[in-house]
Amino acid sequence: MIAWVRRFVRRHPANASKRGMSDRGMLLFPSTGEVIRAEAVLRDAGVPVAVKGPPPALRQGCDMVVEFPLVEELRVREILENHRLVPLRVAVVEDHLLEPVSLFHVKELGEFLMVRAANMKVTVHRSSGRIVNVSGGGCPDVPYLAEVLVGRSIDEAPEPRSLGRTLCGYALQLAFTEVRRRCRG
Amino acid sequence: MSWLIVGTVPRADFGLYWGPAQLDGTELLLGGARVRVARGTPALVAAALTAAAFLHLPAPEVLLAGDVGTGEGSRRIYAALASEVHRVQGPGVTFHYLMPDVAGHNQVLWALESLRPRPLLVADAGFMYAAKMSGFAAHYDLFTPDVGEMAFLADESAPHPFYTRGFLLQDEEAVPDLVRRAYAGENAARALLVKGRTDAVVEGGRIVARIAAPDVPAMEPIGGTGDTLTALVSMLLAARLPIQEACCVAALANRFLGELAQPTPAFGVAEFLPFVPAALTRAWEARRLGPLP
Repeated sequence: MIAWVRRFVRRHPANASKRGMSDRGMLLFPSTGEVIRAEAVLRDAGVPVAVKGPPPALRQGCDMVVEFPLVEELRVREILENHRLVPLRVAVVEDHLLEPVSLFHVKELGEFLMVRAANMKVTVHRSSGRIVNVSGGGCPDVPYLAEVLVGRSIDEAPEPRSLGRTLCGYALQLAFTEVRRRCRG
Repeated sequence: MSWLIVGTVPRADFGLYWGPAQLDGTELLLGGARVRVARGTPALVAAALTAAAFLHLPAPEVLLAGDVGTGEGSRRIYAALASEVHRVQGPGVTFHYLMPDVAGHNQVLWALESLRPRPLLVADAGFMYAAKMSGFAAHYDLFTPDVGEMAFLADESAPHPFYTRGFLLQDEEAVPDLVRRAYAGENAARALLVKGRTDAVVEGGRIVARIAAPDVPAMEPIGGTGDTLTALVSMLLAARLPIQEACCVAALANRFLGELAQPTPAFGVAEFLPFVPAALTRAWEARRLGPLP
Protein backbone atom coordinates (compact mmCIF):
# COMPACT_ATOMS: atom_id res chain seq x y z
CA MET A 1 0.00 0.00 0.00
CA ILE A 2 2.75 2.44 0.98
CA ALA A 3 4.67 1.56 -2.17
CA TRP A 4 1.56 2.22 -4.23
CA VAL A 5 1.08 5.64 -2.60
CA ARG A 6 4.72 6.52 -3.23
CA ARG A 7 4.39 5.44 -6.85
CA PHE A 8 1.22 7.52 -7.21
CA VAL A 9 2.84 10.60 -5.73
CA ARG A 10 5.80 10.22 -8.03
CA ARG A 11 3.91 9.48 -11.21
CA HIS A 12 0.61 11.31 -11.02
CA PRO A 13 0.25 14.54 -13.04
CA ALA A 14 -1.28 16.21 -10.00
CA ASN A 15 2.20 16.13 -8.50
CA ALA A 16 3.72 17.85 -11.46
CA SER A 17 5.73 20.29 -9.39
CA LYS A 18 7.86 17.36 -8.29
CA ARG A 19 9.03 16.58 -11.84
CA GLY A 20 9.30 17.94 -15.33
CA MET A 21 11.28 20.94 -16.44
CA SER A 22 10.83 24.67 -16.30
CA ASP A 23 9.23 26.32 -19.31
CA ARG A 24 10.63 29.74 -18.38
CA GLY A 25 13.35 31.90 -19.89
CA MET A 26 15.38 34.72 -18.32
CA LEU A 27 16.15 38.15 -19.75
CA LEU A 28 19.43 39.63 -18.59
CA PHE A 29 20.04 43.39 -18.84
CA PRO A 30 23.05 45.55 -18.02
CA SER A 31 21.20 47.64 -15.45
CA THR A 32 18.40 47.39 -12.93
CA GLY A 33 16.64 50.31 -14.63
CA GLU A 34 16.32 48.30 -17.82
CA VAL A 35 15.04 45.30 -15.86
CA ILE A 36 12.31 47.45 -14.38
CA ARG A 37 11.38 48.99 -17.74
CA ALA A 38 11.37 45.59 -19.42
CA GLU A 39 9.10 44.18 -16.75
CA ALA A 40 6.70 47.10 -17.18
CA VAL A 41 6.45 46.99 -20.97
CA LEU A 42 6.10 43.22 -21.05
CA ARG A 43 3.47 43.26 -18.33
CA ASP A 44 1.57 45.98 -20.21
CA ALA A 45 1.67 43.79 -23.32
CA GLY A 46 0.10 40.93 -21.38
CA VAL A 47 3.18 38.75 -21.04
CA PRO A 48 3.25 36.98 -17.66
CA VAL A 49 6.63 38.03 -16.21
CA ALA A 50 8.36 38.01 -12.84
CA VAL A 51 11.51 39.76 -11.62
CA LYS A 52 13.89 37.41 -9.84
CA GLY A 53 17.48 37.08 -8.78
CA PRO A 54 19.75 35.42 -11.34
CA PRO A 55 21.68 32.23 -10.62
CA PRO A 56 25.26 33.05 -9.55
CA ALA A 57 26.80 32.02 -12.86
CA LEU A 58 24.68 34.56 -14.72
CA ARG A 59 25.45 37.67 -12.68
CA GLN A 60 26.73 40.10 -15.29
CA GLY A 61 26.49 43.47 -13.62
CA CYS A 62 22.83 43.22 -12.80
CA ASP A 63 21.24 41.69 -9.79
CA MET A 64 17.82 40.92 -11.26
CA VAL A 65 16.45 39.08 -14.27
CA VAL A 66 13.02 39.05 -15.88
CA GLU A 67 11.49 35.61 -16.11
CA PHE A 68 9.03 34.97 -18.96
CA PRO A 69 7.42 32.01 -20.80
CA LEU A 70 10.29 30.81 -22.98
CA VAL A 71 8.04 29.68 -25.82
CA GLU A 72 7.08 33.35 -26.35
CA GLU A 73 10.70 34.46 -26.86
CA LEU A 74 10.10 35.84 -30.35
CA ARG A 75 7.19 38.02 -29.24
CA VAL A 76 9.09 39.17 -26.16
CA ARG A 77 12.09 40.22 -28.24
CA GLU A 78 9.82 42.20 -30.59
CA ILE A 79 8.11 44.02 -27.71
CA LEU A 80 11.46 44.91 -26.15
CA GLU A 81 12.90 46.05 -29.47
CA ASN A 82 9.90 48.34 -29.99
CA HIS A 83 10.82 49.96 -26.67
CA ARG A 84 14.53 50.08 -27.51
CA LEU A 85 15.39 47.51 -24.88
CA VAL A 86 18.02 44.97 -25.85
CA PRO A 87 18.75 42.18 -23.39
CA LEU A 88 22.36 41.24 -22.82
CA ARG A 89 21.27 37.67 -23.12
CA VAL A 90 18.27 35.36 -23.11
CA ALA A 91 18.88 32.26 -21.00
CA VAL A 92 16.91 29.11 -20.32
CA VAL A 93 15.91 28.68 -16.67
CA GLU A 94 16.18 24.91 -16.92
CA ASP A 95 19.81 25.05 -18.01
CA HIS A 96 21.34 28.45 -18.59
CA LEU A 97 24.12 26.95 -20.71
CA LEU A 98 21.63 26.05 -23.45
CA GLU A 99 22.02 28.03 -26.66
CA PRO A 100 19.63 28.35 -29.60
CA VAL A 101 20.13 25.92 -32.44
CA SER A 102 22.58 27.48 -34.87
CA LEU A 103 23.12 24.77 -37.47
CA PHE A 104 21.22 24.86 -40.73
CA HIS A 105 20.37 21.77 -42.73
CA VAL A 106 20.21 22.53 -46.44
CA LYS A 107 18.76 20.26 -49.09
CA GLU A 108 18.65 20.76 -52.86
CA LEU A 109 15.47 19.39 -54.44
CA GLY A 110 15.90 20.04 -58.17
CA GLU A 111 14.84 23.63 -58.79
CA PHE A 112 13.87 24.01 -55.13
CA LEU A 113 15.97 24.74 -52.05
CA MET A 114 14.94 23.66 -48.55
CA VAL A 115 16.54 25.05 -45.37
CA ARG A 116 15.84 23.65 -41.92
CA ALA A 117 16.59 25.42 -38.65
CA ALA A 118 15.77 23.37 -35.56
CA ASN A 119 12.26 22.06 -36.20
CA MET A 120 11.28 24.46 -39.02
CA LYS A 121 11.75 24.16 -42.78
CA VAL A 122 11.32 26.74 -45.55
CA THR A 123 11.40 25.77 -49.23
CA VAL A 124 11.78 28.22 -52.10
CA HIS A 125 11.72 27.97 -55.87
CA ARG A 126 15.28 28.98 -56.67
CA SER A 127 14.88 31.00 -59.86
CA SER A 128 11.74 32.91 -58.87
CA GLY A 129 12.51 33.21 -55.15
CA ARG A 130 8.93 32.19 -54.38
CA ILE A 131 8.30 30.50 -51.04
CA VAL A 132 6.50 27.28 -51.97
CA ASN A 133 6.23 25.57 -48.61
CA VAL A 134 6.74 25.90 -44.88
CA SER A 135 6.70 22.80 -42.73
CA GLY A 136 7.56 21.49 -39.30
CA GLY A 137 7.12 23.18 -35.94
CA GLY A 138 4.54 22.66 -33.27
CA CYS A 139 3.48 26.06 -31.95
CA PRO A 140 0.20 27.50 -33.23
CA ASP A 141 1.71 30.51 -34.97
CA VAL A 142 3.42 28.20 -37.49
CA PRO A 143 0.36 27.33 -39.63
CA TYR A 144 -0.61 31.02 -39.51
CA LEU A 145 2.86 32.16 -40.62
CA ALA A 146 2.86 29.54 -43.36
CA GLU A 147 -0.42 30.90 -44.72
CA VAL A 148 1.11 34.38 -44.87
CA LEU A 149 4.44 33.34 -46.40
CA VAL A 150 3.62 30.62 -48.93
CA GLY A 151 3.21 31.95 -52.46
CA ARG A 152 5.15 35.15 -51.83
CA SER A 153 8.62 36.10 -52.96
CA ILE A 154 11.37 35.75 -50.38
CA ASP A 155 12.16 39.45 -50.95
CA GLU A 156 8.59 40.66 -50.50
CA ALA A 157 7.33 38.35 -47.78
CA PRO A 158 7.10 39.80 -44.27
CA GLU A 159 9.78 38.57 -41.88
CA PRO A 160 8.36 35.81 -39.67
CA ARG A 161 9.52 37.70 -36.58
CA SER A 162 7.12 40.56 -37.44
CA LEU A 163 4.11 38.23 -37.13
CA GLY A 164 5.28 35.23 -35.14
CA ARG A 165 5.35 34.93 -31.37
CA THR A 166 6.95 31.64 -30.39
CA LEU A 167 10.22 29.75 -30.50
CA CYS A 168 8.96 27.88 -33.58
CA GLY A 169 8.38 31.29 -35.16
CA TYR A 170 11.91 32.23 -34.15
CA ALA A 171 13.29 29.07 -35.78
CA LEU A 172 11.28 29.89 -38.89
CA GLN A 173 12.85 33.37 -38.91
CA LEU A 174 16.34 31.82 -38.86
CA ALA A 175 15.49 29.44 -41.71
CA PHE A 176 13.89 32.33 -43.63
CA THR A 177 16.98 34.54 -43.21
CA GLU A 178 19.29 31.73 -44.27
CA VAL A 179 17.27 30.79 -47.36
CA ARG A 180 17.13 34.45 -48.38
CA ARG A 181 20.89 34.77 -47.94
CA ARG A 182 21.45 31.72 -50.09
CA CYS A 183 19.01 32.84 -52.79
CA ARG A 184 20.65 36.24 -53.04
CA GLY A 185 24.03 34.52 -53.32
CA MET B 1 -17.66 6.21 -30.33
CA SER B 2 -15.44 8.68 -32.13
CA TRP B 3 -11.73 9.33 -31.82
CA LEU B 4 -11.06 12.91 -30.67
CA ILE B 5 -8.63 15.26 -32.46
CA VAL B 6 -7.48 18.28 -30.44
CA GLY B 7 -5.66 21.21 -32.01
CA THR B 8 -5.83 24.74 -33.36
CA VAL B 9 -7.01 26.57 -36.45
CA PRO B 10 -4.72 29.38 -37.73
CA ARG B 11 -7.39 32.07 -37.52
CA ALA B 12 -7.97 34.72 -34.90
CA ASP B 13 -11.72 34.85 -35.63
CA PHE B 14 -12.42 31.17 -34.94
CA GLY B 15 -13.83 30.40 -31.49
CA LEU B 16 -13.88 27.20 -29.47
CA TYR B 17 -15.54 24.30 -31.24
CA TRP B 18 -16.13 20.77 -29.90
CA GLY B 19 -18.19 18.57 -32.17
CA PRO B 20 -18.34 16.74 -35.49
CA ALA B 21 -16.42 17.76 -38.59
CA GLN B 22 -17.13 17.23 -42.26
CA LEU B 23 -14.92 17.56 -45.31
CA ASP B 24 -16.25 19.50 -48.28
CA GLY B 25 -13.63 19.50 -51.02
CA THR B 26 -10.66 21.33 -49.56
CA GLU B 27 -12.59 22.87 -46.67
CA LEU B 28 -13.70 21.61 -43.29
CA LEU B 29 -17.23 22.26 -42.12
CA LEU B 30 -17.14 22.87 -38.37
CA GLY B 31 -20.57 23.78 -37.10
CA GLY B 32 -21.40 26.86 -39.13
CA ALA B 33 -17.80 27.68 -40.01
CA ARG B 34 -15.66 26.76 -43.01
CA VAL B 35 -11.92 26.29 -42.58
CA ARG B 36 -9.51 25.82 -45.47
CA VAL B 37 -7.34 22.71 -45.41
CA ALA B 38 -3.78 23.94 -45.94
CA ARG B 39 -1.62 22.48 -43.17
CA GLY B 40 -1.61 22.04 -39.41
CA THR B 41 -4.57 20.60 -37.54
CA PRO B 42 -7.08 21.22 -40.37
CA ALA B 43 -4.90 18.99 -42.58
CA LEU B 44 -4.79 16.32 -39.87
CA VAL B 45 -8.57 16.44 -39.47
CA ALA B 46 -9.17 16.28 -43.23
CA ALA B 47 -6.92 13.25 -43.66
CA ALA B 48 -8.47 11.55 -40.63
CA LEU B 49 -12.01 12.12 -41.95
CA THR B 50 -11.02 10.65 -45.32
CA ALA B 51 -9.32 7.63 -43.73
CA ALA B 52 -12.20 7.03 -41.29
CA ALA B 53 -14.75 7.02 -44.11
CA PHE B 54 -12.65 4.55 -46.09
CA LEU B 55 -12.11 2.27 -43.07
CA HIS B 56 -15.82 2.42 -42.11
CA LEU B 57 -15.02 4.02 -38.77
CA PRO B 58 -17.08 6.67 -37.00
CA ALA B 59 -15.92 10.08 -38.17
CA PRO B 60 -13.51 11.61 -35.64
CA GLU B 61 -14.77 14.36 -33.39
CA VAL B 62 -12.74 17.56 -33.06
CA LEU B 63 -11.92 20.02 -30.30
CA LEU B 64 -10.49 23.11 -31.98
CA ALA B 65 -9.93 26.78 -31.31
CA GLY B 66 -8.52 29.64 -33.33
CA ASP B 67 -4.95 30.48 -32.33
CA VAL B 68 -2.40 32.46 -34.34
CA GLY B 69 0.27 32.17 -31.68
CA THR B 70 -1.15 34.19 -28.81
CA GLY B 71 -1.94 30.99 -26.93
CA GLU B 72 -5.46 32.18 -26.15
CA GLY B 73 -7.18 29.50 -28.21
CA SER B 74 -4.87 26.85 -26.78
CA ARG B 75 -5.71 27.92 -23.23
CA ARG B 76 -9.43 27.64 -24.01
CA ILE B 77 -8.85 24.12 -25.27
CA TYR B 78 -6.86 23.08 -22.20
CA ALA B 79 -9.60 24.48 -19.95
CA ALA B 80 -12.47 22.90 -21.90
CA LEU B 81 -10.85 19.49 -21.98
CA ALA B 82 -9.92 19.51 -18.31
CA SER B 83 -13.40 20.60 -17.19
CA GLU B 84 -15.47 18.51 -19.63
CA VAL B 85 -13.37 15.40 -19.91
CA HIS B 86 -16.50 13.26 -19.52
CA ARG B 87 -17.25 14.15 -23.14
CA VAL B 88 -14.25 12.06 -24.21
CA GLN B 89 -15.88 8.70 -24.85
CA GLY B 90 -14.02 7.33 -27.85
CA PRO B 91 -11.06 4.95 -28.00
CA GLY B 92 -8.39 7.62 -28.28
CA VAL B 93 -7.29 11.24 -28.45
CA THR B 94 -4.76 12.83 -30.80
CA PHE B 95 -3.18 16.12 -29.70
CA HIS B 96 -1.64 18.43 -32.25
CA TYR B 97 -0.73 22.13 -32.73
CA LEU B 98 -1.22 23.68 -29.29
CA MET B 99 0.81 26.25 -27.43
CA PRO B 100 3.14 24.21 -25.17
CA ASP B 101 1.89 24.89 -21.65
CA VAL B 102 3.02 22.51 -18.94
CA ALA B 103 0.36 23.53 -16.42
CA GLY B 104 -2.42 23.21 -19.01
CA HIS B 105 -0.99 19.91 -20.18
CA ASN B 106 -0.91 18.49 -16.68
CA GLN B 107 -4.54 19.41 -16.03
CA VAL B 108 -5.57 17.71 -19.26
CA LEU B 109 -3.50 14.59 -18.63
CA TRP B 110 -4.77 14.34 -15.08
CA ALA B 111 -8.37 14.54 -16.31
CA LEU B 112 -7.80 11.96 -19.04
CA GLU B 113 -6.10 9.57 -16.64
CA SER B 114 -9.26 9.57 -14.52
CA LEU B 115 -11.28 8.04 -17.37
CA ARG B 116 -12.06 4.33 -17.35
CA PRO B 117 -11.08 2.94 -19.73
CA ARG B 118 -8.39 5.50 -20.32
CA PRO B 119 -8.29 6.40 -24.04
CA LEU B 120 -5.17 5.86 -26.14
CA LEU B 121 -3.14 9.06 -26.19
CA VAL B 122 -1.27 10.21 -29.30
CA ALA B 123 0.71 13.47 -29.27
CA ASP B 124 2.39 15.41 -32.04
CA ALA B 125 3.63 19.00 -32.47
CA GLY B 126 3.28 21.50 -29.62
CA PHE B 127 1.41 19.22 -27.29
CA MET B 128 4.17 16.64 -27.61
CA TYR B 129 6.63 19.37 -26.54
CA ALA B 130 4.49 20.08 -23.47
CA ALA B 131 4.21 16.36 -22.70
CA LYS B 132 8.00 16.02 -22.74
CA MET B 133 8.53 19.14 -20.64
CA SER B 134 6.00 17.93 -18.08
CA GLY B 135 8.03 14.83 -17.29
CA PHE B 136 5.02 12.64 -18.09
CA ALA B 137 5.93 11.60 -21.63
CA ALA B 138 5.84 7.94 -20.66
CA HIS B 139 2.11 8.25 -19.95
CA TYR B 140 1.47 8.56 -23.69
CA ASP B 141 0.95 5.71 -26.13
CA LEU B 142 2.49 7.32 -29.20
CA PHE B 143 4.57 10.34 -30.20
CA THR B 144 5.22 11.15 -33.87
CA PRO B 145 8.41 13.28 -33.95
CA ASP B 146 10.59 14.10 -36.93
CA VAL B 147 14.36 13.83 -36.56
CA GLY B 148 14.75 17.35 -35.14
CA GLU B 149 12.03 16.69 -32.59
CA MET B 150 13.61 13.32 -31.81
CA ALA B 151 16.80 15.16 -30.83
CA PHE B 152 14.68 17.38 -28.59
CA LEU B 153 13.14 14.33 -26.89
CA ALA B 154 16.64 12.91 -26.47
CA ASP B 155 17.97 16.06 -24.80
CA GLU B 156 16.91 15.88 -21.17
CA SER B 157 17.64 19.60 -20.72
CA ALA B 158 15.93 21.06 -23.78
CA PRO B 159 12.60 22.81 -23.12
CA HIS B 160 11.91 23.23 -26.86
CA PRO B 161 13.47 21.95 -30.13
CA PHE B 162 14.93 25.45 -30.63
CA TYR B 163 17.18 24.88 -27.62
CA THR B 164 18.31 21.35 -28.40
CA ARG B 165 22.02 20.99 -27.72
CA GLY B 166 24.27 20.87 -30.75
CA PHE B 167 26.12 17.67 -29.85
CA LEU B 168 22.90 15.76 -30.48
CA LEU B 169 23.15 15.28 -34.22
CA GLN B 170 19.84 15.77 -35.97
CA ASP B 171 20.69 13.20 -38.64
CA GLU B 172 18.85 10.04 -39.47
CA GLU B 173 21.95 7.98 -38.68
CA ALA B 174 21.71 9.27 -35.13
CA VAL B 175 18.13 8.07 -34.59
CA PRO B 176 19.04 4.85 -32.70
CA ASP B 177 21.17 6.86 -30.24
CA LEU B 178 18.50 9.55 -29.90
CA VAL B 179 15.89 6.89 -29.19
CA ARG B 180 18.10 5.32 -26.53
CA ARG B 181 18.66 8.67 -24.84
CA ALA B 182 14.97 9.62 -24.97
CA TYR B 183 13.92 6.39 -23.25
CA ALA B 184 16.75 6.58 -20.74
CA GLY B 185 15.46 10.01 -19.70
CA GLU B 186 11.81 8.86 -19.69
CA ASN B 187 11.12 11.49 -22.34
CA ALA B 188 9.40 9.22 -24.83
CA ALA B 189 5.95 7.70 -25.22
CA ARG B 190 5.37 3.96 -25.12
CA ALA B 191 5.82 3.97 -28.89
CA LEU B 192 7.36 6.39 -31.36
CA LEU B 193 6.87 6.84 -35.06
CA VAL B 194 9.97 8.80 -36.09
CA LYS B 195 9.33 10.52 -39.41
CA GLY B 196 12.23 10.79 -41.82
CA ARG B 197 13.68 9.59 -45.09
CA THR B 198 13.50 6.24 -43.32
CA ASP B 199 10.64 6.11 -40.83
CA ALA B 200 11.45 4.26 -37.62
CA VAL B 201 8.84 2.52 -35.49
CA VAL B 202 9.89 2.25 -31.86
CA GLU B 203 8.18 0.30 -29.15
CA GLY B 204 9.40 0.11 -25.59
CA GLY B 205 12.70 1.76 -26.50
CA ARG B 206 13.54 -0.64 -29.33
CA ILE B 207 13.38 0.09 -33.05
CA VAL B 208 11.05 -2.65 -34.25
CA ALA B 209 10.56 -1.59 -37.87
CA ARG B 210 12.05 0.68 -40.49
CA ILE B 211 10.12 1.83 -43.54
CA ALA B 212 12.18 3.38 -46.33
CA ALA B 213 10.22 2.73 -49.52
CA PRO B 214 8.72 4.09 -51.60
CA ASP B 215 10.94 7.13 -51.19
CA VAL B 216 9.50 10.39 -52.56
CA PRO B 217 11.94 13.18 -51.57
CA ALA B 218 9.47 15.92 -52.53
CA MET B 219 7.27 14.93 -49.56
CA GLU B 220 9.66 16.34 -46.95
CA PRO B 221 9.25 20.06 -47.66
CA ILE B 222 5.47 19.89 -48.08
CA GLY B 223 3.77 21.35 -45.04
CA GLY B 224 1.19 18.91 -43.71
CA THR B 225 2.68 15.57 -44.75
CA GLY B 226 3.58 14.87 -41.13
CA ASP B 227 0.02 15.79 -40.22
CA THR B 228 -1.41 13.26 -42.68
CA LEU B 229 0.84 10.60 -41.17
CA THR B 230 -0.40 11.38 -37.66
CA ALA B 231 -3.97 11.30 -38.98
CA LEU B 232 -3.49 7.90 -40.60
CA VAL B 233 -1.89 6.27 -37.59
CA SER B 234 -4.65 7.67 -35.36
CA MET B 235 -7.39 6.19 -37.52
CA LEU B 236 -5.59 2.84 -37.75
CA LEU B 237 -5.45 2.79 -33.95
CA ALA B 238 -9.18 3.62 -33.97
CA ALA B 239 -9.56 0.55 -36.20
CA ARG B 240 -8.00 -1.45 -33.34
CA LEU B 241 -4.72 -2.29 -35.04
CA PRO B 242 -1.90 -2.94 -32.56
CA ILE B 243 0.30 0.12 -32.19
CA GLN B 244 3.29 -1.31 -34.07
CA GLU B 245 1.15 -2.44 -36.98
CA ALA B 246 -0.74 0.85 -37.06
CA CYS B 247 2.57 2.73 -37.28
CA CYS B 248 3.87 0.50 -40.08
CA VAL B 249 0.68 0.73 -42.15
CA ALA B 250 0.45 4.51 -41.65
CA ALA B 251 4.09 5.10 -42.58
CA LEU B 252 3.72 2.97 -45.69
CA ALA B 253 0.41 4.58 -46.66
CA ASN B 254 1.85 8.08 -46.29
CA ARG B 255 4.66 7.09 -48.63
CA PHE B 256 2.18 5.65 -51.12
CA LEU B 257 0.37 9.00 -50.99
CA GLY B 258 3.54 10.51 -52.38
CA GLU B 259 4.02 7.80 -54.97
CA LEU B 260 0.44 8.12 -56.18
CA ALA B 261 0.26 11.93 -56.19
CA GLN B 262 3.75 12.48 -57.67
CA PRO B 263 4.12 15.85 -55.94
CA THR B 264 6.61 18.64 -56.43
CA PRO B 265 7.93 20.51 -53.37
CA ALA B 266 5.32 23.20 -54.20
CA PHE B 267 2.37 20.85 -53.57
CA GLY B 268 -0.36 21.61 -51.06
CA VAL B 269 -1.35 18.88 -48.63
CA ALA B 270 -5.02 18.97 -49.68
CA GLU B 271 -3.94 17.62 -53.06
CA PHE B 272 -3.08 14.30 -51.38
CA LEU B 273 -6.54 13.69 -49.93
CA PRO B 274 -8.06 11.97 -53.00
CA PHE B 275 -5.27 9.39 -52.84
CA VAL B 276 -5.84 8.36 -49.20
CA PRO B 277 -8.09 5.32 -49.96
CA ALA B 278 -5.71 3.89 -52.58
CA ALA B 279 -2.68 4.52 -50.38
CA LEU B 280 -4.29 2.80 -47.41
CA THR B 281 -5.30 -0.15 -49.60
CA ARG B 282 -1.76 -0.59 -50.88
CA ALA B 283 -0.26 -0.36 -47.42
CA TRP B 284 -2.82 -2.76 -45.96
CA GLU B 285 -2.10 -5.29 -48.71
CA ALA B 286 1.66 -4.84 -48.39
CA ARG B 287 1.41 -5.73 -44.70
CA ARG B 288 -0.78 -8.78 -45.56
CA LEU B 289 -3.46 -7.86 -43.06
CA GLY B 290 -6.30 -9.67 -44.83
CA PRO B 291 -9.53 -7.95 -45.87
CA LEU B 292 -9.91 -4.25 -45.11
CA PRO B 293 -12.47 -3.30 -42.44
